[in-house]
Amino acid sequence: MESKSKKAGATRLCCLCILRRPVLKRPKTLQQICRECFYEVFEEEIHQVIVQNRLFKSGERVAIGASGGKDSTVLAYVLSELNRRHNYGLDLFLLSIDEGITGYRDDSLETVKRNEVQYGLPLQIVSYKDLYGWTMDDIVKMIGLKNNCTFCGVFRRQALDRGAALLKVDKLVTGHNADDIAETVLLNILRGDIARLSRCTSITTGEDGPIPRCKPFKYTYEKEIVMYAYFKKLDYFSTECIYSPNAYRGFVREFIKDLERLRPRAILDIIKSGEDFRIATTTKMPEQGTCERCGYISSQKWCKACVLLEGLNRGLPKMGIGRPRGVNGDHKKDTKKPGPAVKSIESKQCGSLDFQNFGN
Amino acid sequence: MACNSTGCESGCYDREKDNGSKIVEDAVVTQESVCVKCKCNEPMTFGDGGSEDGRFCAECFRNNVFGKFRLAVTSHAMITPSDNVLVAFSGGSSSRVALQFVHELQIKALKNYEASRDRSLPVFGVGVAFVDETAAFPALSTEMIDAIEWIRSTVSSLSPPAKGLHVVPIESVFGSDSLDPRDRLVKLLDSVPDDTGKEDLLLHLKMLSLQKVASENGYNRLVVGSCTSRIASHVLTATVKGRGYSLSADIQHVDARWKVPIVLPLRDCVRQEITRLCLLDGLKTVELACRSQSGINDLVSSFVALLQEENPSRECTIVRTAAKLTPFYFNKIPETDDSNVPMATQRRLKRFNLKYDGSMTTEAFCPICNGPQNRSDSSELDYFEEGQESDALYAACCSSCRFQILPQDGSSREQFGSFLPDHMISQVKHQKVNSQAYLREKIKDCLLLDDEEVV
Repeated sequence: MESKSKKAGATRLCCLCILRRPVLKRPKTLQQICRECFYEVFEEEIHQVIVQNRLFKSGERVAIGASGGKDSTVLAYVLSELNRRHNYGLDLFLLSIDEGITGYRDDSLETVKRNEVQYGLPLQIVSYKDLYGWTMDDIVKMIGLKNNCTFCGVFRRQALDRGAALLKVDKLVTGHNADDIAETVLLNILRGDIARLSRCTSITTGEDGPIPRCKPFKYTYEKEIVMYAYFKKLDYFSTECIYSPNAYRGFVREFIKDLERLRPRAILDIIKSGEDFRIATTTKMPEQGTCERCGYISSQKWCKACVLLEGLNRGLPKMGIGRPRGVNGDHKKDTKKPGPAVKSIESKQCGSLDFQNFGN
Repeated sequence: MACNSTGCESGCYDREKDNGSKIVEDAVVTQESVCVKCKCNEPMTFGDGGSEDGRFCAECFRNNVFGKFRLAVTSHAMITPSDNVLVAFSGGSSSRVALQFVHELQIKALKNYEASRDRSLPVFGVGVAFVDETAAFPALSTEMIDAIEWIRSTVSSLSPPAKGLHVVPIESVFGSDSLDPRDRLVKLLDSVPDDTGKEDLLLHLKMLSLQKVASENGYNRLVVGSCTSRIASHVLTATVKGRGYSLSADIQHVDARWKVPIVLPLRDCVRQEITRLCLLDGLKTVELACRSQSGINDLVSSFVALLQEENPSRECTIVRTAAKLTPFYFNKIPETDDSNVPMATQRRLKRFNLKYDGSMTTEAFCPICNGPQNRSDSSELDYFEEGQESDALYAACCSSCRFQILPQDGSSREQFGSFLPDHMISQVKHQKVNSQAYLREKIKDCLLLDDEEVV
């Protein structure tokens, strides 16, 4: 490899095929390669991740969490391509969540609708408005810009599971990339969340929950995803969420960008550290039960979404935010059910929600 | 708070509080004119823009910091009466405070000894070591000479009891029979391509030189003044270098991997406290230019400083999280010949399970950084070939050292190996033997033939 690149450097040929002119420097390895070799290594590495981690079984119905952003668009493209090329035998679907963010989500949803046509994958859209009775616009109007990401994240997780149930799929894949996972590892260290730290590097999660999810892009660099989308001229929506600037994750993201500049492999090294941390597996797994209010999987009496919703509906926006202050315990005092005047969806039991009449 | 407590219209939680408590929240906190702890003395203000300024009086502040030090020492059996303790002194604030506190412990022990009738508890011995890095940073030689002079006078002022000072040139790691140790050091460092790797290698060599001076001069404990803040940075640097497995070994109060166990009595004190204490007690320090960092280490330091601005307790949270990682068996004082240890101490150590059994050596250690290695990681166990020293070195090293310290091509690596101190190379050979034995141990019950009969 060393001598190859030396020769290639001298005569300016792609490191890998030594045939074509290099047009890019690979962010992960800094190799100078041509476009075709880039497509090949990019796709092949993802294929290897899928195979070595046994992410799929032939015949499975798999939903791709599609936001219209670069990660999910490239994921949809590459997965359908690899599915064809290597005969994974998967039934692929696109699943999109409408959080109700004007000027952002409605635009990105248009992108996903185009993806449906471009990639020939059936699309299902699930909205916060239908599911919870609140859009992110409503939520931000009420709570401001400090903890809005917490609400959105919690609601989205459940929304994806509900959408997956609608599509009757066996598995959910999301476009979380190496940068995301490295950020999460560092975030969990900074925040003192040892339990999450032990789980966040798993490539597959929720095997014992409603629907397992996996992250085929676990070792794929964000920059390479952008590069792939750019060269392949894939259709994606490239604006950052308008409500995100104040997220704490921003600190960590900046740091990782600086780190990548100094040492590209550091991103993978963070993930490796996360996988290798000696965390006692016995003690900290939360007990799994179901939410008393809606029946969703939960380690507490009420699932986080219900707690947050209750807070929103009662005008107590800090409920469920920050360290537990006996929030779930508070419900013991509140034994009366939400009054008859509240006929909105969110107070109904999960089982009674009529999914058939939802969405398109 | 998402909303401003004053003039809030959204009908959120704050409105529900009664007016009394709301006013207290909004009002400017009036200056407490009494120390919040003892409630009698006037509180100190350091005016350094840090947190908790103007809350404690000088005495309570000092007692708090010294209290943390003493608690660490006693609860981890760091220093017992029969010990001979070497304090690693860099001239910086943390090691200055460590030295000061150890000295005060020693004075107290001496007082007790002289006052006691039977003189049963001896006073532990204290020495001071300073690593002279001039060979690695030739431009700093004059600065170093001045620093050493200052250190000499500082140490001699800390008596009685008198403390031996050992100025250790870093090139002493190569042993006395090495031809041109300074030149060898320069060659060794120059062959490391990565800046961060070079910096880390120098740190490992520093530790090796401290170990050498400690064991050659009869010390059985090495006191390092690492504070919470330094450890927080280490947690992050270790994470970004892929050293997540060995991290928990580096950040405990006791690190007995080494011949002379390392103890960290200031682990629970933050840099702000230490700096303030130096100010309060007039403890002088010296900042050497070689202390500055580059590359990844520097990036992490800046990042932690930024996080601290946003939240002053972030360092503590980082260390608290890392403290939840499982430590290793050697993160306790080792079991040794107890004949010199007073009975009372022996009993306490046994009762609190503060010692480990040294025969449980199941970890492989990287010869360069001494980091314990994940067994499943060292998949190149069969890489060994006779005479191929450089490949053996590669196989024995952890993945982080392989990347940032070892040169990438075979011949440079071989040369690099020849420059390494003998102690590190002997680790490689030691491991080679060990890993075969380790594997054999695992499958012994299924082996039908003796070793010699196997092809």
